[in-house]
Amino acid sequence: MLKLTNINKTFGDHHALKDINVTFNEHATTVILGPSGSGKSTLLRSLNFLEQPESGLYDFDGTILDLNKPVADKDIFRIRRETEMVFQNYNLFPHLTIVKNITEGPVQVLKQNKATATEKAHELLAKVGLAGNENKFPSQLSGGQAQRVAIARSLAMDPKYILLDEPTSALDPELELEVLKVLVEIAKEKRSMIIVTHNMAFAQKIADKIIFVENGEILFDGSKETFFHSDNQRINDFISAMTFTDI
Amino acid sequence: MQNVLQYLPQLLGAAFKYTIPIAVISFVIGIVIALITALIRISNKRGVMLVVKAIFRFYVWIFRTTPLLVQLFIVYFGLPYLKIAGIAPDGIKLVPFTAGILTFSLNTGAYCSETIRAAIIAIPKGQWEAASTLGMTRRQALQRIILPQALRTSVPPLANSFISLVKDTSLAASITIIELFEVSQQIAAANFQPLLMYSLVALIYAVFCTVLTFIQGYLEKITSRYTIA
Repeated sequence: MLKLTNINKTFGDHHALKDINVTFNEHATTVILGPSGSGKSTLLRSLNFLEQPESGLYDFDGTILDLNKPVADKDIFRIRRETEMVFQNYNLFPHLTIVKNITEGPVQVLKQNKATATEKAHELLAKVGLAGNENKFPSQLSGGQAQRVAIARSLAMDPKYILLDEPTSALDPELELEVLKVLVEIAKEKRSMIIVTHNMAFAQKIADKIIFVENGEILFDGSKETFFHSDNQRINDFISAMTFTDI
Repeated sequence: MQNVLQYLPQLLGAAFKYTIPIAVISFVIGIVIALITALIRISNKRGVMLVVKAIFRFYVWIFRTTPLLVQLFIVYFGLPYLKIAGIAPDGIKLVPFTAGILTFSLNTGAYCSETIRAAIIAIPKGQWEAASTLGMTRRQALQRIILPQALRTSVPPLANSFISLVKDTSLAASITIIELFEVSQQIAAANFQPLLMYSLVALIYAVFCTVLTFIQGYLEKITSRYTIA
């Protein structure tokens, strides 16, 4: 369980996260929704210290870190080993083949032997529908394929939590769908996923829980049924702005 | 023409004895210095490191803002007058070859450190983040992810520096090294054919540097395999 208590993060004058209190459950898929610039990516990135909040408490599976003080490197490395981020722009390593992109973390960080890691990488590539692409370089892949490799790369670390930051925002609808299908399959395995997305249909399908963020505050935290049938005017406005209901 | 070409073996002898060894040795040492300097200058550590960074910034500044010829003169003719009690009471006297290598290495190191530093800074932040999220330390990220990519973008400007260095070794003549250009001067003074002699020596430098551009092309090809879609 990841639990944030009274988290604050500022970028200069901009108060990106305001006293955030939220819990992310294990074996559940949490979707973070909100308009651009609302702080949802910052919230997600704070979970594995790509952003470091200035204040608050971070409870990571019972290890409580006080963010008012500098966090020890060993705590950050431990958390990063158990949380993997999938980025909007994939951020694959362009100089490594697909299979090496996937084995790099397990071999260098987890100290797995190369043969084991490679075997696992082949399995994961098959799982995301990319068997046979092992020796290609990232530049030879489509965006949808690249993002599926990035997902395989994160799974290879066998993390407790997978964090996905707008994983399909850079893709056209057809490529988006191939990535979303993979994510729906992973969600069925009851892994712990936290996803920032703008795709409402996908959120509705995959979410166990929805968090709605606006102006650095959490306006909603609850089940998707409640969210999509909310009587809150702001939430309804957001949902209708994001879907075709008014057209 | 015939009588100029007879000096070719003598010129090439000087080139292979001094010009090429000075250029190659200085470049290798210079690259090591450059890499260390670049890594120190991009370090985000604080405390003592801030002083170390300032020292390296000063080193790069001084070698980039003063003429190479003056640097050679200071090291070879000037340092003998630098008397340090206990360490070098009689001044620092270097043989010409060592003085040359030292100066060329430091000079090349200063320029190349900026090339490497720029190449590292140019790697997208997302690469660092992807390495971090896998749990890599900063050192692992540099070694495994950032430097291999930075190396590729560094090849053309580093090759440029090497080519400049090969030609700059002609300045070593001024600190009494009998390298290619110095030999051509001696011959020209004796046979009264400066136009032909210096043209011939220019041609030899051009041939050497052309070979280097071929090597550069090859290096660019093997370091950028992964971008060929």
